[in-house]
Amino acid sequence: MTLSRFLGASLALALLLPALPLLAQDTTAKRGVRIGLSYQLGGRRGVYIAPVSGPVGDSVRAILQRDLDNGDRVTIVGSDSAGIALAPLVRGTRPGYEIFARLGAAALIVATPTPTGLHVALHDVAGRKVAGSRSFALPAFAAARAWRAAMHVVSDEIEDWVTGTRGIAATRIAFSRGGRLFVIDSDGWGETAVGGSSPALSPAWHPNGQRLAYSVLGETGSRIMVLELSGGANRALVSRGGLNITPVYAPDGMTILFSSGAEEGTDLYAVPASGGPPRRVTVGRGTDNVSPSYSPDGRRVAFTSGRSGHPEVYIMDADGTGAELLTPFAFGDQYYRSNPDWSPDGRNVAFQSQVAGQFQIMTISLRDRSVKQHTSESTNEDPSWAPDGRHLAFTSSRTGVKQLWVLDTETGRVRQLTRNGGARLAAWSPRLAGR
Amino acid sequence: MNVYPRIALIVLVAAPGLAGVSCRRPPATPPGPAVNQDSIDAENARRDADARREQMRRDSLARERARMDSMNNAGSRRTQMMEAARETIRNPVYFEFDRSDLSPEDQARLDAKIPILNANPGLRIRASGHTDSRGSDEYNLALGQRRAAAAKRYLTQHGIDAARIETVSFGEERPAAQGSDEAAFAQNRRTEFEIIAGGDDIVVPAGP
Repeated sequence: MTLSRFLGASLALALLLPALPLLAQDTTAKRGVRIGLSYQLGGRRGVYIAPVSGPVGDSVRAILQRDLDNGDRVTIVGSDSAGIALAPLVRGTRPGYEIFARLGAAALIVATPTPTGLHVALHDVAGRKVAGSRSFALPAFAAARAWRAAMHVVSDEIEDWVTGTRGIAATRIAFSRGGRLFVIDSDGWGETAVGGSSPALSPAWHPNGQRLAYSVLGETGSRIMVLELSGGANRALVSRGGLNITPVYAPDGMTILFSSGAEEGTDLYAVPASGGPPRRVTVGRGTDNVSPSYSPDGRRVAFTSGRSGHPEVYIMDADGTGAELLTPFAFGDQYYRSNPDWSPDGRNVAFQSQVAGQFQIMTISLRDRSVKQHTSESTNEDPSWAPDGRHLAFTSSRTGVKQLWVLDTETGRVRQLTRNGGARLAAWSPRLAGR
Repeated sequence: MNVYPRIALIVLVAAPGLAGVSCRRPPATPPGPAVNQDSIDAENARRDADARREQMRRDSLARERARMDSMNNAGSRRTQMMEAARETIRNPVYFEFDRSDLSPEDQARLDAKIPILNANPGLRIRASGHTDSRGSDEYNLALGQRRAAAAKRYLTQHGIDAARIETVSFGEERPAAQGSDEAAFAQNRRTEFEIIAGGDDIVVPAGP
């Protein structure tokens, strides 16, 4: 290696080194071009999705491309109109594999409408053959929400074929705006108010994706409510008076953990999801303990506690024993860490941390307690993991009003999810196949 | 009787009737003895009585007016004092960021409520705790509850029955002031007090 090349490589490396603790800056995707620092864990596979025939072909292709792009695990090749010109190369039994290989596509997706839905074939470009295919049933296109939901299942399956990891397109995000609960598809489509009492805060999904627990404020106290998303049945689960907030379902759906208190601080209480007397879990001794989040195996809980004098994130066993501080703090410094969410793979806890007067989204590894900062622009709060343990929904004020955004914790890429201002307290659903 | 007195009498009697008519006759001579004094007296008596009645009516009205003015002044004073007592009850207390402890000024505001609460055993209040919009929305609900509880605890420690004070939190959900500057934030970090019973006929304690 020549000296100049060595210096050049060193300079490049030196520019990358200040990322400790690892800081993946916010990037905004502009028409497929990503700007800013973006380190990749090995190359991404390129995927070409052939134009789809039939009256809904454009919609099919657009959804597949957007869902795979949102998954951040593959690169869509030929997504612009030039990609349409590649379509003839896919016809027949011998697609022009050489050309697609040169364009960087590792996989071709050929989707063909059928009377009952869609037939999808996956072509392995390097192997120059069909690697797999499947027929999917779709509802009528006119049943827009259901049709889109079924299409998202197709996208997630394709992502699983290509990357080995199932996608998260067939999910939704619940949130609160203006005291009402809303649900929006993971691609930002179809924001819908879902009823329930008002003012409603802190929605939380049942693991079957069919109901939300939430809290409602009132003149004489707050209550824990449960709303059935299908049918709209809405009932009070906890209305004992005082403060009752931040409910969350245990992973088996049998218990709701929530924060409750009146005049001696707030503690976490467990109540059977079918109703019954709440049982105290934390012994806060007059401190405030709120915003619980279960580990995926249901054995431990992360939560916000003010027991040290200011809010920090703690973890404990689900029965309340063994509470320990999770977020490190330097003695004498005034820190504020809160709103933890335990990742679905159990490895990380996301939370918000005050940095230079604003909040930023952080994750801490449970293995080695290393902390990573994921946002830096404006104030960013209340993270909620997608089922893939890689993407987070969070509230950001970067546009001037509170909106929900989606973050890829591996590349730092962000995309705006909601368009109407005031959205906050996001909760990412479990996988919602077939809904 | 000679003719001159008769003419005089006729003129005297006819004079009122001729009052509007230009009189060609020479004016009547000064009255002689034939004046009807009774009529005059009766007329005067009537006029006096009317005037007396009118005066009595005016006096009575004036007395009534004076009485009502006096009542109104006393009433509005009382109303003002009652409203002032209610305002003292409703006076909020304020807090530093992320804190729920009471400053000496806050304690004085709470002290002022105690005699009113003691003078009105039926008076019940609700303390609602609030925060500014910084910080976690969820943790702010707990902080608001802590602020309401702190105010209640001060009052119960000074002898007020706990059953008379409700607490509730609205976190950052009900700001008193909009805005993202410290002035707005400071107004929002508060515990408010609302009279929920016994505030209508509030007894104002005789104070020092």
